[in-house]
Parts: sequence; C-alpha cells; structure tokens
Amino acid sequence: MRYLPLTSDDRTEMLATIGAVSIDDLFADVPAEARLAGPIAGLPMHASELAVERHMGALARRSRAAGEGPFFLGAGAYRHHVPASVDHLIQRGEFLTAYTPYQPEIAQGTLQMLFEFQSQVARLLGTDVANASMYDGSTACWEAIVMARRITKRAKALLSTGLHPHYRSVARTMAKYTGDILVDGDPSLDAGTDWAALADSIDKETSCVVVQYPDILGRIDDMAKLAEACQAAGALLIAVVTEPVALGLIKSPGEMGADIVVGEGQSLGVGLQFGGPYVGLFACKTKYVRQMPGRLCGETVDANGKRGFVLTLSTREQHIRREKATSNICTNSGLCALAFSIHMTLLGEAGLRQLAAINHGRAKAAAAELAKVPGVSVLNTSFFNEFTLLLPTAARPVIHQLAEKDILGGVSLGRLYPDNAGLENGLVVAVTETVTEADIAAFAAALKEVLA
Amino acid sequence: MTALNRAGWRPEMNVAGGADDSTTFTGNRALMLEEALIFEIGGSETTGVDFDEAAPATDLGALARTAPIGLPGLSESETVRHYTRLSRQNYAIDLGLFPLGSCTMKHNPRLNEKVARMPGFADVHPLQPQETVQGAYAVIHELAEWLITLTGMHSVAMSPKAGAHGELCGILCIKAALEARGEDRRVILVPESAHGTNPATAAFAGFTVEDIPATEAGRVNLEALKARLGPDVAGVMITNPNTCGLFERDMKAISDAVHAAGGYVYCDGANFNAIVGRVRPGDLGVDAMHINLHKTFSTPHGGGGPGSGPVVLSEALAPFAPLPFVTKQGDAFRLIEEESAGEDHPQTFGRMTAFHGQMGMFTRALTYILSHGADGLKQVAEDAVLNANYVLRSLEGVLDAPFGGPGPCMHEALFSDKGLAEGFSTLDIAKGLIDEGYHPMTVYFPLVVHGAMLVEPTETESKAALDQFIGALRSIALRAKNGDPALKTAPHFAPRARLDETLAARKPILAWEG
Repeated sequence: MRYLPLTSDDRTEMLATIGAVSIDDLFADVPAEARLAGPIAGLPMHASELAVERHMGALARRSRAAGEGPFFLGAGAYRHHVPASVDHLIQRGEFLTAYTPYQPEIAQGTLQMLFEFQSQVARLLGTDVANASMYDGSTACWEAIVMARRITKRAKALLSTGLHPHYRSVARTMAKYTGDILVDGDPSLDAGTDWAALADSIDKETSCVVVQYPDILGRIDDMAKLAEACQAAGALLIAVVTEPVALGLIKSPGEMGADIVVGEGQSLGVGLQFGGPYVGLFACKTKYVRQMPGRLCGETVDANGKRGFVLTLSTREQHIRREKATSNICTNSGLCALAFSIHMTLLGEAGLRQLAAINHGRAKAAAAELAKVPGVSVLNTSFFNEFTLLLPTAARPVIHQLAEKDILGGVSLGRLYPDNAGLENGLVVAVTETVTEADIAAFAAALKEVLA
Repeated sequence: MTALNRAGWRPEMNVAGGADDSTTFTGNRALMLEEALIFEIGGSETTGVDFDEAAPATDLGALARTAPIGLPGLSESETVRHYTRLSRQNYAIDLGLFPLGSCTMKHNPRLNEKVARMPGFADVHPLQPQETVQGAYAVIHELAEWLITLTGMHSVAMSPKAGAHGELCGILCIKAALEARGEDRRVILVPESAHGTNPATAAFAGFTVEDIPATEAGRVNLEALKARLGPDVAGVMITNPNTCGLFERDMKAISDAVHAAGGYVYCDGANFNAIVGRVRPGDLGVDAMHINLHKTFSTPHGGGGPGSGPVVLSEALAPFAPLPFVTKQGDAFRLIEEESAGEDHPQTFGRMTAFHGQMGMFTRALTYILSHGADGLKQVAEDAVLNANYVLRSLEGVLDAPFGGPGPCMHEALFSDKGLAEGFSTLDIAKGLIDEGYHPMTVYFPLVVHGAMLVEPTETESKAALDQFIGALRSIALRAKNGDPALKTAPHFAPRARLDETLAARKPILAWEG
C-alpha cells in the first residue's frame, strides 16, 4: 500500500516494544462483538493509482464541463477565468498541507495571507473588518442573522424576496429550531427591488433586514435609504453579495451604510466545483467585531519586536467558550480564501475594475441579443453580469432542450422556486468574461429555435 | 482610501533583533526570507492579469463605484514570489511529522488533487440540468455508499460543510425526530472532554447543555449517565474513540441506556481514523455521526479548511436528513431537492447550505478510499493505533501518561505536564518542539487533563520518523524537567519568536490601516 510506510518487520518490532502480542491486543477495548476479523465484506480491495484514475476519469467524463461549450449559469456560482498561477500557488505543500495556524511561530505564511485576505475583503465590501472566512455564502448569511439578534436583542429578520432561495432555505431551517422569526417570500417579476417596501415594514421587533446585491434576479439598487431606515429603527442592515466581482464596478454595501456584509467569494480563484468548497465572506463595522463568528487574524509583535500575526479574539469561539460561543463554527475555508486572495492580488484594483466592466459590457450585449428572440424580454432595467429573461413559456423545459443542443442556458426560476407557477417563465442568465460573442450568438439562435 | 504606491521594502520595516550580530541589512537570513504585505508592495494601478479588450464605458449612474477601493495589485512574477515566500514560513505535513491530536494530519496523496481538477468535477455548475452532471452525482452516490458500508449505518447526509456543520446536521435530525414524536426534550449531555464544537453546536440549535461525568480512567461514567437520563434528555454527544485517545468500552451500553430513556446518540466521528475498516459505529448503537473527510479520508487541511462533514444516520433519524441528496434509479442519478421532497422525503428538516456540499472534497475522499480499499483502510486504522501506542510506550518513562495504565490507547497518546520543573509548562515543550523541526502536538486539550499534550502520529509515518520524533520529545521533556532556561524562550530558530497574543487581543488590528 503506497501510502503506508511501516514494513511488517517494523510492525513486529513495534509490537514488541509496546509489549503486545498482536495488533488485536491494541483493539482490546473494543467489545469483541464489534471487532471485525477481516476487511469489511462487499467492498473492493486496494487499487493502483492508474486504476483509480481510470475509474474517476470515467465518472468525470459523464458530466458536461462548463468549458466545453456555451455556458450561462450563475444564481450564486459564477464561472470566471482563474489565472494559472493561482492553482499552482495553492498547491504548494506548505499551504495545502498545513493546519489551522494555532502555532503562529511556524504559521506566519497562512496568518499573513489571512490578514491580507481580511484586509482585501473589508475594502472590497466597504466595511471596517472581515473575518478569516466562513464555509460559504449561505451559512454566512444565517450567521449574520444570528449576530444581528445578539446585537439588537431582537429576533425578527426581514428577508428581501431577492435573496437567493437556497440562502433563504438555510435560514428557514435554522429559524425553525432557534425561535427566530423570519418574514420572507418569493420575488415578483418586477424590474425594481422590494427594498422600499422592506423599509416600511421595519418595526421595533426587527433585528435586521437582509438584502442581496445584485439580487437573485440580477437587479441592483441603492441601499442607502434602507440603511437609514434600519438605523432609525435600531435594526441592522445585512447585505449579501454572491458575485463579488460586481463590486469592482458598483458601490459597495458598506459605502451605502450596510452594518454587516456577507457573501460568497467563489467567483475569485475558487472555480465552480459543483457547489463546493466555496468561501464565505463575513465583514462588519468595527463596533460589532466581538459579536462576529469565525476566526480572526490580527497583527502583533513577537518577543524580538518583529511584526507578526496571530489568531485573535478567540474568546468568541467554541474552543474557548464552548456552549457560550458566538457560533459553533470551527474551521474556515482557508485554502479557498487563499485562492481568493491570490486572484485578487493578481487583479489588483485596476484589474478588478476592468474585469467587472468587461463582465457588465458582455452581459449587456447578451441581454440585447437575447431580447431580439421573438417572445423574449429582459426583466431588469439595471444589472451587473446577470439578468432575468422572461420567456413566452415555462423556462425549465427550455433549459433541457437547450442542453440537448449543448447550450447551458442559465438557471430557470422553475428550478429555484418549484412551488411558484407565477415565476416559471423566468430564466436567470449570467454572462462573464468567459462567454464569447459566438457563445451569445449560439445561445440566441438555439433559444429562437426552441421557442419557435 | 488613497492610492497604493508600491513603497516596498523600507529600512524602518526591518526591526530584526537589535544588537544581534546576525542582523542583516534586509532582515533576511539566507533562506529565511522576510516578506512585506501586499499593501506595502502592491500598487493600485499594477495588475498581473491581461485582458483582450479595454473596459467598455458603463452607465450605472449613482451606483457606479467611483471612490478608490484600496486594493493592491502585483504582477504575476511578484505574486508568485510573494506567496512562495509566505508559504516557506509555514510548517506542513509535507515537511514533517505533524502530531496534532484529534486533527489526523496524515499524508495527502497527490492523485486526489489531480482527480479533483478533472473538468467533469471542477468545472461543473451545481445547478446544471441533471442530465448533464450525472458523473458528479455518481461521485456523491459512490462515496455515500462507501461511508454507509464502512460505518454500518442506514444512510448518510452528504451536504454538511465541515465537522461542526455535521454535528449541527445530526443535532437537527434529533430535534426533528423529537418533534415528530411530539416531545419537547431540551437537554443534550456532553462529556467535559468533548471538542468545544459539541456544546457550541447543541447551544446553536437551541438545546441546553449539561456535562456527563467521567471516570478516573478517562471514559464516560456509565452509572452517572444513566442516573441523569430522563424525559428531558434529547440525547448525548459522545466522541469515540474519545479525546483522551481511549475507546469508550461501554459505548453499546451507553447507547442502549439512552435509547431506553427515549434519547438519541450522537457520536463525534473526529477520531474515526482509529477504527475505520475495523469497527462499525452502527454496531454500537450510534444514531448519527459526522465523518471529517479532511481527517480520516485525507482531504487537505489547507491551513484551516475547507472541511467536509457528511453525517451517517441510523434508520430512526434517516427520515429527517437534510436536502438535497442523490438517489440512483437504474443507471441514472437524481437529485432530490425541495420540489420533490414532499413525495420522496416528507420529514426532512430542510436545507443546511446552498447547493450540494463539498464536491471538491468528495472527489478527493473517494479517490483516497478507492486507493486503499477495504483492506487498506483496515491497515490504516491498525497502523495509526500501532504508531500511537509506540509513541505512548516509548515516552511514558519521561512524560506522565495519565490514562496510559496497562491498557492500549487508540490513535493518539495523551500526556500531562506533571513532573515538569517549577515554572515550566506544556507550552514550553510545544515551543521547544518547534526548534527541533516539528509542529507541536495538540496542547491544553482535552480540558480534563492538566497541561494536556495529545499526540496523534497517524499511519503515514515510518518507524524511523517516529523514532526521531520520540527522541526529540524525550530530549525536550528532560530539559523541561531539569529547568533549562533556554526552553522558556523557545522557539529560537523559527521565523518568529513567541508572539504577543495579549497585545493582539487588547488592541486588535484586523485589517491593514495604511
């Protein structure tokens, strides 16, 4: 077995040192009836690297990779070009095979990277501070709601209907068991957001208002007034960003007054990966930092006065506070945070702004082209790189018909909101820099054919 | 926010050691290279990415982001150098033995990395039409079958994102099951030796947490547990093998007692590596157990995640498992999501995360499992336990092993700080190990042992590597017993000396403020 270095002579010698006759002696505490004599029945035995690669390769080929043809899916996960050096660097063993930096003297690489990541995220989202990452955007969103409850000591959260339905589902699941009250609903097919209505709904029990920006239908809006309304009522404004590239072009939630900004960082560096692992972004105003969940890295000095970094404010966390912790979260998404940070460093501010502008321009071109298809219109009056098409028929079957023509043509609202027939004609289309003009033309032609 | 000006290295940034003879102009010491922050070396106008087209004009009006963001950019060559330099300030399993107890720092096979990057896994979107992602569903399904068989459980929930998220999944299953029975049980019992995530998870889900007393031998006190069981107890959370490195001999009796009292048994599977392929938790009456794929099944720890925490479930809890999950019908795979849950899975407690879980970890874990097979996995458990016992018996003459006794440990050896010289602590031993070229063991955990040192060598260490580690730890233990003052200021040879954690917490600097 190629991963196991002990030889049978080693094992014999080590058993003698221990004073055991056989390996079974070391499992003596396991009740006899639960000890298995041989390998578990019905499972294959060990296999060579070649055989395993062959097996996994065959499975991989049973999926249509996004890069194999025209591809327009978004809805919380976006396909961007990731520079080759990102993957090279995250595969350095010193990053890949390190543990959580609990021994800072020999983990400055990870710690400095996390400090840089936190600084990049805070600036991108327009807040004071960010943590060292969460599992993903959806769980970060729920943690933000819980954090708002702790800060305001109120338990009613108003969720915008433009929040990703999976994020809403996660919140609903948790709220069922924690006693939090959620006010939510499905989006309506309007060009504008529901934010003005949300502002009117805030009352003395409201802990927070949660809005997504750009939202699930791709709409963008100014949240400054909503932020004011929240502040006046003592509630917090939580903004959710599932496409961070957008913030190279449009104002950050922090600039518009959001108190907590969470997001999905997958767009930068991480790739699609069929939904995970991704990297949750979590940022807030400095005054709330002691109520934050998750790991935080901070600057300090060592015994010789040299600058260094450590994990800090751990008294919020489960390994110190146990049942009184701000969250049960232990791990972060370190390697994905590294990928995000490297990609962001490669882009820099100038590159990010250009990438964002290209995305927006490409999406506008696609929207114009697709709107020419008979019976098709674009819902949005404003969007970044994602918009909602209204088809003359239910979008879901159309998606499958497009797939037969090798076009992955977006995410149908029927898939996202299966119980809401009123939304079934909606199709959410994302257009990033990876989409070519030829892809757009092929999509428009295929859509025309399918709808004809 | 002002523009970043690529200031780079400045003499005042070099604050190395004062009058030290070995101070250099740069602050570097040969291969030990100092590295400034990207905010100090990068510029607002610098980029390492070229585009084929200019940025088109936009018309976003008041929503346009006009103020500087303050994000530094580096060219590709500078970027590669920056992160390569940073990486060299990290210890890693690729560099040497990494004996962190309860963390299972084993070798990460590179085939797993190669497979995870196949386009059919890495470049697929979670919401693609189901007919276009059959291979991805196949991976989830095949891994699920392995996990079910290896644990002897009824089913598995694949979506939890990490161990603590898996705990939450199990605890929510218990909540949902109690609700279905119409019972309002509020208490979860957790031993003091448990990981902090256990009580934190139970509290996060709205339960009250109470301690389970331990015996002097480091195990759950069965009689005391039985005495506490009653109509208010929803369940127990027990780590097995436990955090003292011991197998809970009474596990089956514990499960039977909890079940008889109407509760459920959650097992923290963090230490599954000790028994994988050799013992099935399903045979011990467990109702739910998370499996840390990043521990037992060797997906890389990545400097703190991502993890992955599938939860195996008993028949009693399976109906409440979260959405979504994959089923197989003939040769085709189908994803059960919210829309068909009413028919296929009506009692589910709902969704825990967007999309379907940590696919990138599933491909790696399945690759690892297929490489080992049933025989290799059994050997994994045996070698992991053999290595830990070898460490325990080789060091018990010099370090106090509170539960060493005559019996074996499982996959990790636990020592205390008893017998160290006045003023010397576990921390000093840990920092001394750094100078010897090792990552320290887990320290001050579990809380039930004073100055705990928890050593988990894992199965991927050779005897020669263990012998060298044992020699190093013995040498440091003797220095701590003899009161060697140099140990108090260790590490001496690391990129940094001991860091001022009090200062970091008292005056938090959490982002670059230049």
